[in-house]
Amino acid sequence: MSAPPYRAHPAQAVPPGRILRYGFRERVTHWVAGLSYVYLLLTGLAFWSPWLFWLAIALGGGQISRILHPWVGLLFFAAVLQMYGLWASQMRFDDVDRAWFRSMRHYIRNEDEKMPPVGRYNAGQKLLFWGFFVCGILLFLSGLVLWFPEYIPWSLRWLRYIAVLVHASTALLTIGLFLIHVYMGVFAERGALDSVIYGDVTEDFAKRFHPAWYKELIGSAPRRK
Amino acid sequence: MSQETLRIQKISAHAGTVPGEGTQREFQVCKLIDTTTCIGCKACEVACMEWNDLPFGQTVFDNTYQTMPDTRWNYWNLIRFNEHETDDGTLMWLMRKDQCMHCADPGCLAACPSDGAIVQYTNGIVDFQQANCIGCGYCITGCPFDIPKMNPKTNRVFKCTLCADRVGEGLEPACIKACPTGCLHFGSKDDMKYLAEGRAKQLRDHSNFPKAGVYDPPGVGGTGVIYVLHDVTEPELYGGLPKNPRVPLTVKLWKGPLKWLGNVAMIGGLIGLFVHYLRFGPKSREEEFEKKHEGEQP
Repeated sequence: MSAPPYRAHPAQAVPPGRILRYGFRERVTHWVAGLSYVYLLLTGLAFWSPWLFWLAIALGGGQISRILHPWVGLLFFAAVLQMYGLWASQMRFDDVDRAWFRSMRHYIRNEDEKMPPVGRYNAGQKLLFWGFFVCGILLFLSGLVLWFPEYIPWSLRWLRYIAVLVHASTALLTIGLFLIHVYMGVFAERGALDSVIYGDVTEDFAKRFHPAWYKELIGSAPRRK
Repeated sequence: MSQETLRIQKISAHAGTVPGEGTQREFQVCKLIDTTTCIGCKACEVACMEWNDLPFGQTVFDNTYQTMPDTRWNYWNLIRFNEHETDDGTLMWLMRKDQCMHCADPGCLAACPSDGAIVQYTNGIVDFQQANCIGCGYCITGCPFDIPKMNPKTNRVFKCTLCADRVGEGLEPACIKACPTGCLHFGSKDDMKYLAEGRAKQLRDHSNFPKAGVYDPPGVGGTGVIYVLHDVTEPELYGGLPKNPRVPLTVKLWKGPLKWLGNVAMIGGLIGLFVHYLRFGPKSREEEFEKKHEGEQP
């Protein structure tokens, strides 16, 4: 049985038995964000702890890391905004998500058949999206202050005082999100990593993790997304 | 004093031990600035530039006796000038020599993320090592006195060194040597405190300055530069000298509890995910297994 084409991305052909989950734009945006985040994470950790300062040395030296970190941060923030444009409308929380949170225990135990019928994104993915969006904005704003601390006048020094704390705490929050995201995508949910590289997933994957989304694609006439 | 005075007791962002910590019975050096005898001649400003080989930059005239509005990356020593009218209508010219205070508990060093960019010698001098500076400017945020200044061309931060090179050779800092009125003194912290308290008492008892006192703020563990002020209760009058300077609370939270919490959370998170994988494994394993063995007889 071959799946009908995914109408949102008519340009890309998928192998039989597979369903297109992420279009080219989505994949590119994801990896711009992902790779820039990894650079920000490594250099950020170097500035975070003396025990990890060698990361900055390995990445070209402390000065280079200090110069590039904010620029890569801008790139990351641009990708976050792009993701907002791509996905925000699909990330609204609904009753299914509330039910999902209530049965999260089953999700953690891999008892996915006990989960409510999830659409294109489950509640955890939505939480990740909004977490990165909010933290991205806070990191951007505090990062601007930390980029040019010498131009913040003495009378506005409280901006710097807030920025150091906000930048570090929000970065820590994103590290938590990032760890779970990478763990889910690479290790726990086999096929998820492929889907964000090649774009498609197996029907099993769609049926098992995103049944409502699968139903929507298969069961009804082509519709506008 | 000898080269040994330059042994190091604190290093910024340093993972591991500090070579000079507790190895030496060394007295703290201290600069005493008696603002009541400063005439604002700027000899110390010139001596500072000469000894430290700093280029002559543009001065800014703003109808006062102050050379420029603020210290710069290449102008470490500035006599701040303020006119002050006392309660009885007397006009006072307040001159305060502004430079790095060489805190015992330096906020710049606490905030610095670069190994060895800021050090504190066993004699108390806080010194920037520009070769190790990455130009992040965290020291600017950490300093309660607004002292570190960025060189925009090299992206490194500079400030007064208390002439560590001279002090290491047994000389007093250049500014001290140049002062013509004896308002600047240099020696051990104990001696300078004694001298300062004596002068403050003299001002209180004989010169009609009942609020005269010594500025050696405890919020930063005391400083390697102390002032005698006519009115120690209002240090802000002297070009904004902070009343109770402290390392900013958020810097302390960031470098203290947050760092601890963050490290525990990150390591705990990694361990947690690993254990989860060992306990529950990947989500799709069962299906893959079924697929692989499709059609096989049990």
